[in-house]
Amino acid sequence: MPILKDYFVLSIVLFLIGLFGFISRRNLIVMLVCVEIMLNAVIILFAAISHFTQDISGYIVVFFIIAMAAAEAAIGLTLVVLIYKKFKAIYSEEIANFKG
Amino acid sequence: MVEKGFEVIKDFDLCVFLIPFLPFVTSLFVLIFGRRFFRESAHKLPVLAVFISFLLSLKVLIEVLHGKIFNFDLYTWIVASHLKVGLGFLVDPLSIVMTCMVLSLSFLIHVYSIGYMYGDPGYYRFFSYISLFTFSMLMLVLSNNLLQLYLGWEAVGLCSYFLIGFWYEKKSAADAAKKAFIVNRVGDFGFALGVFMVFYFLGTLYYNEIFSHLSAISNKYLDFFGLKIYVPFVIAFLLFCGAMGKSAQFPLHVWLPDAMEGPTPVSALIHAATMVTAGVFMVARLHKLFELSDAAMAMVAFVGAFTCFMAASIAPTRFDIKRIIAYSTMSQLGYMFMACGVGAFAAGIFHLFTHAYFKALLFLGAGSVIHALHYNDIRYMGGLRKEMPITFITFLIGALALAGIPGFAGFFSKDEILSMAYFSQYPWGKAVWLIGLIVVGFTSFYTFRLVFQAFYGEFRGPKEHHLHESPKVMTIPLILLSIGAIFSGWLGIPKILGGHSIFLKFLEPVLGEPKIVEEGNHMLEYALMGLSVGVCFFGIFLAWLVYLKKPSLQYLISTKCRTLYNFLYRKWYFDEIYNYAFVRSTLWTAKWIVSKISDNIIIEGVVNGSAWLVSIGGKGLRYLHTGIINYYNTFILIGLIIYLLIYLCLK
Repeated sequence: MPILKDYFVLSIVLFLIGLFGFISRRNLIVMLVCVEIMLNAVIILFAAISHFTQDISGYIVVFFIIAMAAAEAAIGLTLVVLIYKKFKAIYSEEIANFKG
Repeated sequence: MVEKGFEVIKDFDLCVFLIPFLPFVTSLFVLIFGRRFFRESAHKLPVLAVFISFLLSLKVLIEVLHGKIFNFDLYTWIVASHLKVGLGFLVDPLSIVMTCMVLSLSFLIHVYSIGYMYGDPGYYRFFSYISLFTFSMLMLVLSNNLLQLYLGWEAVGLCSYFLIGFWYEKKSAADAAKKAFIVNRVGDFGFALGVFMVFYFLGTLYYNEIFSHLSAISNKYLDFFGLKIYVPFVIAFLLFCGAMGKSAQFPLHVWLPDAMEGPTPVSALIHAATMVTAGVFMVARLHKLFELSDAAMAMVAFVGAFTCFMAASIAPTRFDIKRIIAYSTMSQLGYMFMACGVGAFAAGIFHLFTHAYFKALLFLGAGSVIHALHYNDIRYMGGLRKEMPITFITFLIGALALAGIPGFAGFFSKDEILSMAYFSQYPWGKAVWLIGLIVVGFTSFYTFRLVFQAFYGEFRGPKEHHLHESPKVMTIPLILLSIGAIFSGWLGIPKILGGHSIFLKFLEPVLGEPKIVEEGNHMLEYALMGLSVGVCFFGIFLAWLVYLKKPSLQYLISTKCRTLYNFLYRKWYFDEIYNYAFVRSTLWTAKWIVSKISDNIIIEGVVNGSAWLVSIGGKGLRYLHTGIINYYNTFILIGLIIYLLIYLCLK
């Protein structure tokens, strides 16, 4: 049986993968996916803590985050589609319109 | 304040209050509504107000003659710790004499201005200012404390500025106004310091309290860099600085001749009869303070004597009819200060009184000539006596009075000063007398030069000029003033000529008796009188010789003694010296210190530097502003990490 510490490690690793991808990848869709990974890392942490402490509130937060993540993914993808329509580009270097 | 034999009234008196405030109210009224509603009838209210004030002043004069002195506060103006100053009035023989003199002249000059200023676009403005001036002068004269005197002092200066620059489109008039104002600032700064000193050492600014506390400073010395300076001298010196500015005495005399750019009635009222005599009035008012210090008296006497001589020597080289009279005013003011400086304050005030009438008469006469000819240069006048008989006769009376011909006003007052100087107990009395005697000759010479040049001989102006006598509204004040120029002197006929010196006796309770060593030597007095009359006739004879009999002699000095003539023609080079010493140096400082260093380096540096800093900062930060979201994400992350680190550290 994995213990709480293993979940911590899993969560941190997942979160760092997400963070790394979010910062280093240039593809907007991949960046959105990375955001999802980070959210999932957090969800795992909440769920694990809730499971090990026998406290229901962690699960509730998990549900909320899942709902929010769905909404966020929908909006994010919509924006990406719109950006693609306008700029014909999906890589962040190509849409550096705010360069000072 | 001498209160023996006088009943002091300390309650509010409506008449005294109304004397200055009627002109003030009408002045404001005309200034506000004049442009829209009065236009050509703007003179009516001010003339009426000044006339009523004049009648009221006569009523108060009668009360003072019956032994009443008014001394009351209208309200408390300033209260600060020990300082308490009221807006108040002091009516004693000295101030009522001044009040009557100011109001009678002001009334006549108001009337004269109706004719002289007729049709001027600033007609209402002129009457408003001149009424305001009358108010300020009365506040100055009637005040019962030094601060209110200072208020009036500044207010007359302001009105003088307004009126010199009355035709402000003319550059010379605007410049002259500025010059008068700035030169007076120098003197008034000293005056203000003097007022502070009086308060510092005596703790009060009311005249009667000042005089009763004077003994407290009579042997006080001030330590000034190791030098011991007598306190009353310092105070007197500082106050006298103000008098030098206002009364156009050396070294602050340069503004008066330029002030002639103003309208002639202004020259007559402000720059001859009233405002410029404020200095003499102040010295006479505070005579007890001045008498404490012999050095201060000597200073007054010698400044007066020097100015008297200097102005009289410049006057014969002028060609502008008004400037000749202006220099003569300076010279006569010098006489008044000479009288004060030898302790004969009553004689000084007497000369002030008579001088006001005949000098105003001369100015108004000159104004009448200018009104007819529209120019000031006496070289292009001549033969005016046929065309302008009334102006000629009145002007001649004024000239005779100024020269000091026996029987006219100037003779009695000038002779009083000269004999007081001769018999004075002060050691410099004889020197002052000698200068005064020489100046008598100068005075009659330049006065009659003016008369002969302007009124005798052939007319030298443009031929097509149509000469005409001035309207009645101008000639009647001239006639009334010429009566004053003859009879005002009769109030002070000395004992040896069978008079009673009523005027001097009237002022004696305030100004004290003149300090004379020997008295009763009638022969000597007659001799002195004869001497001054002789000198005076000699001056007239010389003027007749040079300007009527042998006109070629006119150019004797200007051709033979070029340096001397230039020296006099350039007014002793005072304008040039001041130009180099003060004007240029100020401009230099402004240019190099203020403009180059302070402006260019400090202020420009701050302004441009901040812009430069922002620009450099922007250039640097631009590298961070890539527009690529990933970088921004990184920054957010870094920021978050830093925040957490700080948070954990502080925890």
